[in-house]
Amino acid sequence: MTKPVIIVGASMGGLRAAEALRRFGYAGPITVIGEERHAPYNRPPLSKEVLAAEVSHEAVAFPQRESTADVNWVLGTGVERADLEHGTVTDSKGETHAYGTLIIATGLRPKRLEVQNSELTGRHAVRTLDDAIGLRKELKPGARVVVLGAGFIGCEVAATARKLGCEVTVVAPGSHPITRPLGVELAKELQRRHEAMGVRFVMKTSVTDLVGTTAVEGIVLDTGDIIFCDVLIEAIGSHTNTEWLEGNDLDLTNGVLTDNDMRAVKANGEAWPNVFAIGDVARFANPLFDAEPRRVEHWNIPTDTAKRVAQVFTGQAEGQFAPIPSFWSDQYDMHILAYGLLALADEVKLIAGELQGECVFGYYREGKMVGVCGIGMRTTVMGYRKEFELK
Amino acid sequence: MTIKIDVDMTKCQHYGQCVFEAPDVFRLNADDKLEYTAEADDSELANIEAAIDVCPMQAIFIVK
Repeated sequence: MTKPVIIVGASMGGLRAAEALRRFGYAGPITVIGEERHAPYNRPPLSKEVLAAEVSHEAVAFPQRESTADVNWVLGTGVERADLEHGTVTDSKGETHAYGTLIIATGLRPKRLEVQNSELTGRHAVRTLDDAIGLRKELKPGARVVVLGAGFIGCEVAATARKLGCEVTVVAPGSHPITRPLGVELAKELQRRHEAMGVRFVMKTSVTDLVGTTAVEGIVLDTGDIIFCDVLIEAIGSHTNTEWLEGNDLDLTNGVLTDNDMRAVKANGEAWPNVFAIGDVARFANPLFDAEPRRVEHWNIPTDTAKRVAQVFTGQAEGQFAPIPSFWSDQYDMHILAYGLLALADEVKLIAGELQGECVFGYYREGKMVGVCGIGMRTTVMGYRKEFELK
Repeated sequence: MTIKIDVDMTKCQHYGQCVFEAPDVFRLNADDKLEYTAEADDSELANIEAAIDVCPMQAIFIVK
């Protein structure tokens, strides 16, 4: 019997990999093993529209395609370890699966606050559907909500909680929300707009402990001040899910290092012929920018990397793999849309519109555009996308 | 044969990602709002499926 393609991780990347393998003509067996009990679903609405409305699997589930009807989905099952020399993975139920090809799509999990009094209930992260279901119940009008972290997820959740009538305080170590990658000028404006909606910011501050006996009742800041709250949302970044790969010849410094074909790389620089990594967990160089391998946590990356793997696997890959990063964010009536890697910029400037209304910023490294980001003005932002195509 | 396309306009946030994948079917108008052709030729299937994949709101459907 042919050994299957085993995809570890049943989120968007795992689903897209299975679909792309079929689309590019692979008709053999595929097994997808995923820790969550839910079939693949779309995560971004979990901090935005869906969190503001009713959270359910139905509201976010990806449609199942006929082409993947014969895929073997093993859900609610983590993978404990892998043996790449012998081509096996062992799941959390103790079962060992042999693969012909392995696709690593285990993504990220949220970092959690590590303080002494961390055993309290009422602490939330926003990554999974179950996280969002749990959080939604607590976001009642008048509830005092503290959001730790002022990145995209933190700001989106703050906006959603505010929309639901909560009293919201954002606490973060940086100077302004999403300074990286948006740049100070746009970050300040973003903060102004949040404040105009009634969100309070306590910046350049970190948390040293929690207050409460069973449930969290407040946070203690490094200034000694206490902010009391009913709900604590931790949006302080993420860890890569690569522990199960330890002990193999891989570079797991920050995710799984891959070559331009998304093949996992050994210590000697050679690639594993039958081991790929995709999505948030993959660290790869993008020739659009430079030779520096990076993980890119943008929504389009799982789909783009899955397609590349399917093309490589079926012998149909052409040219270099150079996906154009794109992301968006909705906060109140602000629609933020961006292309490129904004964080690489050494210069950021307003290139269209007005800062306090709809506007577009350009991001440049040594004079060359590496990113574009707009609040509104989508057609203008989209017009710059071609700047990032491989010449 | 033709493909019938439906976009759930209550979900659509006009991000325009579909425009890059299937420019003959989807476009943004002068007000940055999505417009689309509800029927497309079968030859557009791969592009439309790509547009479905890249829609951040997962608002595009093929009507069977």
